[in-house]
Amino acid sequence: MDDKLHAILADYGRGDPSVLIPILQRIQTELGYVSQEAIFAVGDRIAVPPAEVFGVLTFYAQFRLTPVGKHNCRVCRGTACHVRGAPSILGSAHTELGLGGETDTTSDGLFTLEEIACFGACSLAPVMVIDGQTYGRMTPARARSLIRKVKEAESAH
Amino acid sequence: MHTSYASLLSWAQVEYARKHRPGVTRILLGLGTCGLAAGAGEVLDTVRSELANEAAVEIVGVGCIGSCFREPLMDILKPGGPRISYSEVDREKAAQLVQDCVRADNLRPDLAMAVIGDHGVAGVPSWLELPFFKFQERRVLRRCGFIDPTAVEEYILQEGYAAAAKALTQMGPEDVIDMVKASGLRGRGGAGFPTGQKWLFARKSPGDIKYVVCNFDEGDPGAFMNRSTVEGDPHAVLEGMIIAAYAIGASKGYVYGRAEYPLALQRLRGAIRQAEELGLLGDNILGSGFGFTIEIKEGAGAFVCGEETALMASIEGQRGMPRPRPPFPAQSGLWGKPTNINNVGTLTNVPLIILEGPEWYAQVGSEKSKGTAIFCLTGKIKHGGLIEVPMGVRLRTVVEDIGGGIINDGRFKAAQTGGPSGGCLAEQHLDWPIDYESLVAAGSIMGSGGMVVMDQATCMVDFARFFLSFTQRESCGKCIPCRIGTKRMLEILERISGGQGELRDIDLLQELGDTVKLGSLCGLGQTAPNPVLATIRYFRQEYEVHIVDRRCPAGVCKALITYRVDPEKCTGCTVCARQCPVQAIHGEKTQIHVIDSAVCTRCDTCRQACRFDAIVVE
Repeated sequence: MDDKLHAILADYGRGDPSVLIPILQRIQTELGYVSQEAIFAVGDRIAVPPAEVFGVLTFYAQFRLTPVGKHNCRVCRGTACHVRGAPSILGSAHTELGLGGETDTTSDGLFTLEEIACFGACSLAPVMVIDGQTYGRMTPARARSLIRKVKEAESAH
Repeated sequence: MHTSYASLLSWAQVEYARKHRPGVTRILLGLGTCGLAAGAGEVLDTVRSELANEAAVEIVGVGCIGSCFREPLMDILKPGGPRISYSEVDREKAAQLVQDCVRADNLRPDLAMAVIGDHGVAGVPSWLELPFFKFQERRVLRRCGFIDPTAVEEYILQEGYAAAAKALTQMGPEDVIDMVKASGLRGRGGAGFPTGQKWLFARKSPGDIKYVVCNFDEGDPGAFMNRSTVEGDPHAVLEGMIIAAYAIGASKGYVYGRAEYPLALQRLRGAIRQAEELGLLGDNILGSGFGFTIEIKEGAGAFVCGEETALMASIEGQRGMPRPRPPFPAQSGLWGKPTNINNVGTLTNVPLIILEGPEWYAQVGSEKSKGTAIFCLTGKIKHGGLIEVPMGVRLRTVVEDIGGGIINDGRFKAAQTGGPSGGCLAEQHLDWPIDYESLVAAGSIMGSGGMVVMDQATCMVDFARFFLSFTQRESCGKCIPCRIGTKRMLEILERISGGQGELRDIDLLQELGDTVKLGSLCGLGQTAPNPVLATIRYFRQEYEVHIVDRRCPAGVCKALITYRVDPEKCTGCTVCARQCPVQAIHGEKTQIHVIDSAVCTRCDTCRQACRFDAIVVE
């Protein structure tokens, strides 16, 4: 088993199913996603059937079942962002990263593009977050250039 | 550990004096999520590096004062001088202000937004003269932007924990409930149920173990008032919870917080730790004999968890699915125990009522809606931000006076309240009072406080489709009317905005909407059709134009619009062609450009890039 996963599970005991969501959140934070191995390991550890773990996991939007890219680009699709042009921001991020359909991570593993319900920075709509840094008052062109900057920094390595 | 309020207060005074040496200039930076998004982090870096070795300056991060449209904000408070607020500060402006105002004595009235406080400065308006603040009644938000949210002593020195001390040591639990009932306080989460009544049910419910839950799962996409309150004044939430717990007899509380708000949760964690150290949480709070603890549970991104029973299922570690009521949470809540759930907005009103009395509290507001309402004013509005207004204020005051009107001097079209559960108010409602009753009469709801303003360039069909795609995605799937009804309604709306609608679709939407409202299990489904029904009610003609003329008058629905270059205005500058991500624009330099409609993805990049207004959307 992954060492990190092992260390996380060691902090939780049996008998309290209410720790399920916090455990999954920690796994996601530290490992980036919740793997099949993690689902069984968590179920085993806190004595909850793996099917139930999977049920909880797929219910909440926060959890991922696939690995994330190295860089994270999140576009807000809240109401204020929507009326101020979020769909075109999202569209330009999709085009720039060459993503579409069900795939949210680029094939080189560099970027994951996610849509978020709302960041709560509505006065600065439309909003985009790259690697934890929030950018307000976006335009499609600015979205593209921000992503390009990250790409350029990567290829300079 | 303090066993009396007097001892707590004197600790706060000593602590404040210890941290604030006389003769020190304070620089206050709005470091809420929105301030940071606007660039406050860069301002902070600049100020820090400029003042690296200056002992006589203190840099304080404060919460949001609400005027988000002028972020980043930087306030300078010289010893004995006024507090001057500077807006739209960037690196250069920050460096300039440090040079002129902090080091020298030039207050730079030309760069100032307002003076906050009693002092007057020539050439700078008082903040209360600015229309954005003038029409507000800041009660619940009075400390946001004024105290350092990480310094509990500042909260205590501004009447913090005085209400909890009064309730716990001078009042019986029933007295507290009576007082809240008399104030007329109603739930700020959206439905507006009388808070005192709710507390009484939980109080009367038999059982040794009871819980208080603070609903901080602000899921309305387009609302951030709870985030701002928690970021700017976290202890107010804890104080409200302590009073609620005392009133109903609970010894354990949970805050169910949104994981998308990392800063707010961090502030709350810090506040809980401070409160525990000071004896404001734990056993025998302030020597009253009453004990209470609070734990944070992070949500994991499910809008339905704003519903009481779904929220409790989530705290228990399950899928956040609602169950039928009764039994109500007050009878059988968390782990089957009596539970009282209040929104952040409701709880932060409570200390005010206890401290100032229900008569004072009810002086503001309309007949059945007392106190103030907090709104997140966003959308196509000039002055967006967080505002607190008396209940019953006219919509026009909010939009035109506080909000400064529509961006680009456009025309007001509608305002949405209540988010995905609410409806829109149209032009004819501009002079209506905003309170629980009149919003319901208009086909909307108060909701938790989102207010999204729309102009003529907002398509109401697209807007309804946006909300329904949200609720459809967030439907937990437990009951059929919501799961399938919202899906079918969304398909119809997609058909209409895709240019394939039929006139009978409008009637079908209304019929389905009524069914979903009547038949759904919880609040999500019961309100999901509201945005659709309200837009049909006030903007039916716009639906008809989409269907009959296959046209989107606002120029939003992609299948119904085309982009073209206005040959009269095009200068052939090539900016649009260079920015087009799909190379759909052709034309040589100084020649009029042409958009290839077959290739164009309607991404709007060219229109936003054009400096000559030459891109026409039809």
